[in-house]
Amino acid sequence: MTSAIHEGLVPGSIPVGRDAPAPARRNKIEVVELTARYGNREAITGVTLSIPARTVTAIIGPSGCGKSTLLRCLNRLHEATPGAGVSGRILLDGRDLRAEDPIVVRRRVGMVFQRPNPFPTMSVRDNVLAGFRLTGVRPRSPEEVVERALRRAALWNEVKDALDRPGTSLSGGQQQRLCIARALAVEPEVLLMDEPCSALDPVATARIEELVREVAPEVTVVMVTHNMQQAARVSERTAFLYLGRLVEVGDTATIFTRPAERLTEEYITGRFG
Amino acid sequence: MNGRAEERDPAIRRFRRRRLADRVFLVLTVASVGVVLAPLVAVVGSVVARGAAAVTPEFLVSVSRPVGEPGGGIGHALAGSALLVGSALAVAGPFGIAAGLFLAGTRRNRIAWAVRASADVLTGVPSIVVGVFAYAVLVVPLRHFSGLAGTLALAVLMWPLIARATEEVVRMVPRELSEAGLALGARNWRVALRVVVPAAFPGIGAALIGAASRAAGETAPLMFTAFGSPFLALDPTEPVAAVPLVIFNYAVSPYDDWRRQAWAAALVLCVLVLAGNLVSRSLIARRAPR
Amino acid sequence: MTRRVTSDTAFQGVLVFAGVGGLALLGGIAWVVGTMSEDAFRHVGFWRFLVGTTWDPVAGEFGAWPALLGTLLTSALALVLALPLGFAVAVFLNEVAPARLASPLSALVDLLAAVPSVIYGLWGLFVLAPAVRDHVQPALQAVLPDLPFFRGPPLGVGVLCAGVLLAVMVLPVVTSVAREVLRALPDSFREAALALGATRFEVVRRVLFPAARSGLLGAGVLGLGRALGETMAVTMVIGNRHDVPDSLFAPGYTLAAVIANEFSEAFSPLYLSALAGLAAVLMGTTLILNAGARLLVLHARGRWS
Ligand SMILES: Nc1ncnc2c1ncn2[C@@H]1O[C@H](COP(=O)(O)OP(=O)(O)OP(=O)(O)O)[C@@H](O)[C@H]1O
Ligand SMILES: [Mg+2]
Repeated sequence: MTSAIHEGLVPGSIPVGRDAPAPARRNKIEVVELTARYGNREAITGVTLSIPARTVTAIIGPSGCGKSTLLRCLNRLHEATPGAGVSGRILLDGRDLRAEDPIVVRRRVGMVFQRPNPFPTMSVRDNVLAGFRLTGVRPRSPEEVVERALRRAALWNEVKDALDRPGTSLSGGQQQRLCIARALAVEPEVLLMDEPCSALDPVATARIEELVREVAPEVTVVMVTHNMQQAARVSERTAFLYLGRLVEVGDTATIFTRPAERLTEEYITGRFG
Repeated sequence: MNGRAEERDPAIRRFRRRRLADRVFLVLTVASVGVVLAPLVAVVGSVVARGAAAVTPEFLVSVSRPVGEPGGGIGHALAGSALLVGSALAVAGPFGIAAGLFLAGTRRNRIAWAVRASADVLTGVPSIVVGVFAYAVLVVPLRHFSGLAGTLALAVLMWPLIARATEEVVRMVPRELSEAGLALGARNWRVALRVVVPAAFPGIGAALIGAASRAAGETAPLMFTAFGSPFLALDPTEPVAAVPLVIFNYAVSPYDDWRRQAWAAALVLCVLVLAGNLVSRSLIARRAPR
Repeated sequence: MTRRVTSDTAFQGVLVFAGVGGLALLGGIAWVVGTMSEDAFRHVGFWRFLVGTTWDPVAGEFGAWPALLGTLLTSALALVLALPLGFAVAVFLNEVAPARLASPLSALVDLLAAVPSVIYGLWGLFVLAPAVRDHVQPALQAVLPDLPFFRGPPLGVGVLCAGVLLAVMVLPVVTSVAREVLRALPDSFREAALALGATRFEVVRRVLFPAARSGLLGAGVLGLGRALGETMAVTMVIGNRHDVPDSLFAPGYTLAAVIANEFSEAFSPLYLSALAGLAAVLMGTTLILNAGARLLVLHARGRWS
């Protein structure tokens, strides 16, 4: 199997979670007292949260509650925003994210955005290989990487004859799966998804939910969603964020049937406001 | 961790190389800013250093003296420049503002497109060519160089600047404002002149000042229109002096005293033009937050 | 009711007139310069006018080639220097610097464009040219003694000096257009690349620059248009000689400089017409370049919205 470490994407000294022997529910990510700011405004405050390895964790909450911000802290993309600041700690496999170069972190923690954003100057193939191309790495067998990533993103059959077309020539749902393939191609350990289906129709949404469930045994997925049915359908764990604070986190089934907090119950039953 | 082993790991080497490239990139971009700003500092520094001593009140008000006679100044050129730029502004200002209003009010329209394009293209026409135009239109029929021709050349250069800047600031006036005026039953033109133009006024003022300070520094189009004059000549049908012409003529002259005066005149021009530029800029900045 | 229509129509008429007046102005300039130069083109022949190497007004010979070549050489030199610098500054201001630093710095860069051309000329003549003569040229000749385009006596004024000065003058244009083009690229490109583990350098080089290619080309062309038509500064440092320059340090001429120096002294109608011919060539070239550049930038700006 091709792995990031063998392609020379990340220094070998870093333990790769997938290859390490792990107890049934080891935590891939630990968020400890995390506070994130835009200028002086706190977008999330004192969030402490564990994300178990090889599961799908959903983050839900009303608009503006800080879901995207939390997610963007997990791959240190938040700090690329002008004026942004963070305090608190995030541990990836027990190691503080800040101890690593952000470019290494972002290799290990892939991301899919709300709106499909394939690179317009690149073909479908080059988009899948973008993680390599951007960083000047030559994968040993690019064709294999492309096929494997596109298969995992459930896109291979649709585009295998159109690999040289511009990535932007695909439909919206295909573009989003292309972005997923792009993120998966570098074999990340974690995949962050920020409302990946919000710009898509129900059929495209269903395909993406399906593929998320399929990659989950290999990759730890953290998915922000506005859609509670979606959280219930794809995730094993659910975290509920409200006004920048973590209200409750637990097994999805529990959160949706017997939430511990009034706020959570009101939110999931739609009696909110 | 074993350093030697790390050296040999290609992944780590590649990672280091990428990080190094990124640092080099950052250093180079910062350095490029330094390289670009160095000439600004050097030019302004030289002008101040070489010109400051000669800028006296007398220099500002007295007129040119023949070589060899002590004293002499640029009073005639300052007056001439003021005349040329002022009258050019009086022509190009109304025309430019009207054209800007036209462009702002007419979005998708062939004529508007053509006018906009021609304003942009006109901005790119070399100013010396505009000088040739003014020469043909006003110097040839009148049979001699004149302030009138210089005014025409400067006005042609200012018009597109004013038109495009006016269009931009008028576009930013909220639609509700003009609709409020129209809802009171006011006519279009009253709303335009009483509501829209005043609302956009700081921006339009900035455009006028910016265009005037640009024109004040123009030399090439005046060389064979206003031509220059050693006297305090304010008759627009006669050759008229201008500060940039004085700088050029004195700079390429063989006399040390004139060259010294060229630097002094350059300092005066620099102060005027940069002050105009800064005022224009601050007017724009003040409008921006709204 | 009728009056309302009339006064508003009249007002609109004034506005249209002002706008169309500008359009007519452009046409008028082209027409006037064209008619003026007709004589020379007819007398000398258009192609011979362009490629002739002798400029001898007394003998009635008018070859624009030395000035044309000088214009192209100095402008090319200016672009070679200004493009990388301008792009680097645009990248710094847009992609690297925090906003607090970027806006005062970009105001300073814009100030470069506000300094009048004649002041650059003055500085070029008395500061830059002596520096080229005493330091740059000896140093270059010492390092690379045998290159033909580094030959020649140290005069200071010449092609190199003019090119460097032009570079300074076109830098603000290149920088501000390049910034505009970079600003038009959506943040999603940057984020997508960063999220894949790209460094900032890799984001710029492999995502932003490829996506901004046509706009950056436009920035270059716009800078070129500015450099070709720049008059005073070049006139003061080019050396003013109707020769095809055989070295970077050789004196030469440019179209605009010839017009500036000789127009008011032209002693015959044909001479004047030949100078107008230079203006026509200059105007034609800059018109085409500017129109092309604006299309490129417009295209680049509209593309990602
Ligand atoms: N770039 C930014 N600059 C300043 N404030 C920001 C920025 N991005 C987000 N915010 C603020 O931070 C808070 C949290 O934003 P965030 O995008 O994380 O919310 P969200 O839960 O993802 O919302 P949504 O469901 O609408 O995507 C919001 O109040 C928002 O206004
Ligand atoms: Mg969000």
